[in-house]
Amino acid sequence: MTDIVTNLWLSLPDGIQFTSYTLLKVFIILVPLFIVVAYYTLAERKVIGYMQNRIGPNRVGPKGLFQPFADMFKLMFKEIIIPTKSNRYLFIVAPILTFAPSMAAWAVMPFTDTLVFADINAGLLYILAMTSLGVYGVIIAGWASNSKYALLGAMRSAAQIVAYEIAMGFSLVGVLMAAGSLNLGDIVNSQAGGIYHWFILPLFPLFMVYLISGVAETNRAPFDVAEGESEIVAGFHVEYSGMTFAVFFLAEYANMILIAMLASLMFFGGWLSPLPSLMGDNIVWLFLKTGFFMLLFLWFRATFPRYRYDQIMRLGWKVLIPVTIVWLVVEGFLVYFKVGPWFN
Amino acid sequence: MFATIKYYLKSFLLLELLKGMSVTGRYFFSKKITVQYPEEKTPISPRFRGLHALRRYPNGEERCIGCKLCEAVCPALAITIESEERDDGTRRTTKYEIDLFKCIYCGFCEEACPVDAVVETNIFEYHFENRGENIMTKEKLLEFGDTYESQLAADRSADAPYR
Repeated sequence: MTDIVTNLWLSLPDGIQFTSYTLLKVFIILVPLFIVVAYYTLAERKVIGYMQNRIGPNRVGPKGLFQPFADMFKLMFKEIIIPTKSNRYLFIVAPILTFAPSMAAWAVMPFTDTLVFADINAGLLYILAMTSLGVYGVIIAGWASNSKYALLGAMRSAAQIVAYEIAMGFSLVGVLMAAGSLNLGDIVNSQAGGIYHWFILPLFPLFMVYLISGVAETNRAPFDVAEGESEIVAGFHVEYSGMTFAVFFLAEYANMILIAMLASLMFFGGWLSPLPSLMGDNIVWLFLKTGFFMLLFLWFRATFPRYRYDQIMRLGWKVLIPVTIVWLVVEGFLVYFKVGPWFN
Repeated sequence: MFATIKYYLKSFLLLELLKGMSVTGRYFFSKKITVQYPEEKTPISPRFRGLHALRRYPNGEERCIGCKLCEAVCPALAITIESEERDDGTRRTTKYEIDLFKCIYCGFCEEACPVDAVVETNIFEYHFENRGENIMTKEKLLEFGDTYESQLAADRSADAPYR
């Protein structure tokens, strides 16, 4: 039986073999990602519920564990309502434009030393490019909806992402200076040698800037003015329902997980163990660190009230960007004088 | 000068944000007091005012004497009564209807009744499936009274010392 299968496989042309092998690898990354996104939404409702002295959803399945599937089926069978005077083509394309880059960014994500789908040298640059592309979907959604709330949300989101992209880019420049590489695997490997070698210690201000602008980039509370349900209903996706809405939702949560994983890769040594003499490096470390940052996203949302729009702009342009620039100068000196275990 | 330094130190160390997060973090582990409704219920007071019922004396005779005090006191005009004299010379109702759509569950009818005939039970989970079911007829009210008599008597005796 196995002989037949292997012979059949080998008899296929190289092109098909390569394509199906690549597709398989894509599925191996994306299917667990979807499952994590589904349960992340449940975790969000549970964690925020617990922090507000409630217990959250617990009716569907044991302890509410099937809630994500109930939500998913509901959204799949709901009608997609297209507003009469909207631009139909752009209205449908917009969620796809947000979704595709947020999935594509996962291509260069290293899970361990060897487990990486596309080991390209400009990995970090690629991720920055992909996460920035997502904002086009938001703007187009806001415009195509032909609704004032959607347009307002889209404008806010665009301005916010432009402001915070710069701070985020600068904080990642600090990581590049420390690691001397744009390849994510190399960035992690240059932090090898235990908890004292992680970049969080010399680059702590940059890490804070990265975390804050990461939350802002994904339009999460307290930077969720783009959705701002108390003032502009749901922002750029007011007019979306059913699967088109679900796709926006999926993209947002995939982006949150991406930001969480990037934070653990670039500042917390990814899959490296904190105490290499006691415990070996393992992919579990990466998941633990990512899980912690994912929890932080929910914790922030349960704690902080929404920023006012002008306060967001002030924080982005007048606080975060100066802080990163000052710390980049400090880091330049640290690198020049080869300080500590980090810059050798 | 010193105040400015203090201000910058305070905002850049994110102290207030951490304080807020410690509050929510504490509440994450706090005991949850949610009552899981269909499985768990909160205790009900003996004075609870739910669906109505008409009670009987222990010998099976209905208490209501058709005085129409409840009809008169009802602020929502939900009660309709017609009565006539029986063969033994006592007055009894021929029609006693409460429109539950009009009723505001104020309990005045129960207060007005001189013979404790019309009462309100502690039933609050009910629904109507057809038109007209909102009209509680005399038969339905008496049936409720018979079914929940022990509960009604217990509630009234529990509340009696405070009246």
